[in-house]
Amino acid sequence: MDFLQRLKPYHLDVLKEIGNIGAGHAATALSQLLNKTIEMSVPAVRIVSFQELPEQVGGAETEVAAIFLRIEGEAPGSLFFISKIEDIEKIVRQLTGITSFQLQSPPYHEVGISAFQEIGNILAGSYLSSFSDFTKLILQPSVPGFSVDMAGAILSYGLIELSQVGDSAIVIDTQIKELDGDEEQMKGHFFLLPDPDSFEVIFSVLGVGEHE
Amino acid sequence: MSNVIKVGMAELNTVGPPDTIRTSGLGSCVGLVLYDEIRLVAGMAHVMLPSSSLCRQARPNPAKYADTAIPALLKCLEEDGARMFSLKAKLAGGAQMFSFSTGNDMMRIGPRNVEAIKEKLNQLRIPIIAEDVGGSSGRTIEFDPQSKKLHIRTVNQGTKEI
Repeated sequence: MDFLQRLKPYHLDVLKEIGNIGAGHAATALSQLLNKTIEMSVPAVRIVSFQELPEQVGGAETEVAAIFLRIEGEAPGSLFFISKIEDIEKIVRQLTGITSFQLQSPPYHEVGISAFQEIGNILAGSYLSSFSDFTKLILQPSVPGFSVDMAGAILSYGLIELSQVGDSAIVIDTQIKELDGDEEQMKGHFFLLPDPDSFEVIFSVLGVGEHE
Repeated sequence: MSNVIKVGMAELNTVGPPDTIRTSGLGSCVGLVLYDEIRLVAGMAHVMLPSSSLCRQARPNPAKYADTAIPALLKCLEEDGARMFSLKAKLAGGAQMFSFSTGNDMMRIGPRNVEAIKEKLNQLRIPIIAEDVGGSSGRTIEFDPQSKKLHIRTVNQGTKEI
């Protein structure tokens, strides 16, 4: 991507702030939902090749549970929430009380799946609405889709738009984790992958145009 | 000792026995294998998009698009001693991982990749011996040029050989 060469550190800072605000709101929402302490990491903005992206969650073949939604509107892109299968199972069990809920092999428990989707809705919705508030951009989320599959197969969906302009992606990565005392109960990654043309839109509404 | 040659997203490579060639985590992407059964040379491409007309890049990567990956793969295979007339094809992938009711064409990218590859193979008169395409599962595939078998692993549908 040619514009990658023109990116300045302050552009990356702006993107980091989006990850910060978005995941911050999502973490708060999840914390209220589960009545647990949720911590979030400092967001990382990375320019990664397509091969490297699945590496961030353990490799292309790693089995993960993921919520995916397309962002439509003024700054389109893709948003993923990716977590280990066991971690999602744990959250759904806590939330629904269905102790037998599993995502290892279908058929899955319907109520559990709908709870999983609702968690996705809440997490993604709060991430996106704070992104939209921060930038004053009109953004609409698609209905979230969920999948339990290989990380490479899932993440490649977020790369389709980007792959038309280059071989690397800018990923805004924020981790959240649930802490119970010192013990880590679950963690998940938010990946925000703006479409190529969205960067200019985001930078210009935030007053850090490409040519400043 | 045999090695496994890895092919990443939007890459291609060739292989000869005893080595095998593999690509991981195919979703909507398609893994295409072309092989010469007599000379035992094979090549694999991990195709992401159906057509290079979608490209907005100054220097496109030919392995990424169905219409350019096949000629590029043929060129590598010829350099490795494969003969055009004895090439056969096997393919896997092109799944639809997420189903959305909104009619975004990009979400149908898997089936479109498969169609584009088949069309190109048909033009070049390369027969498709076996395929495992579509569905909603990710696949990891590995081809052995000696046995000419394509091993396919999925998370929920088990493994198979075609």
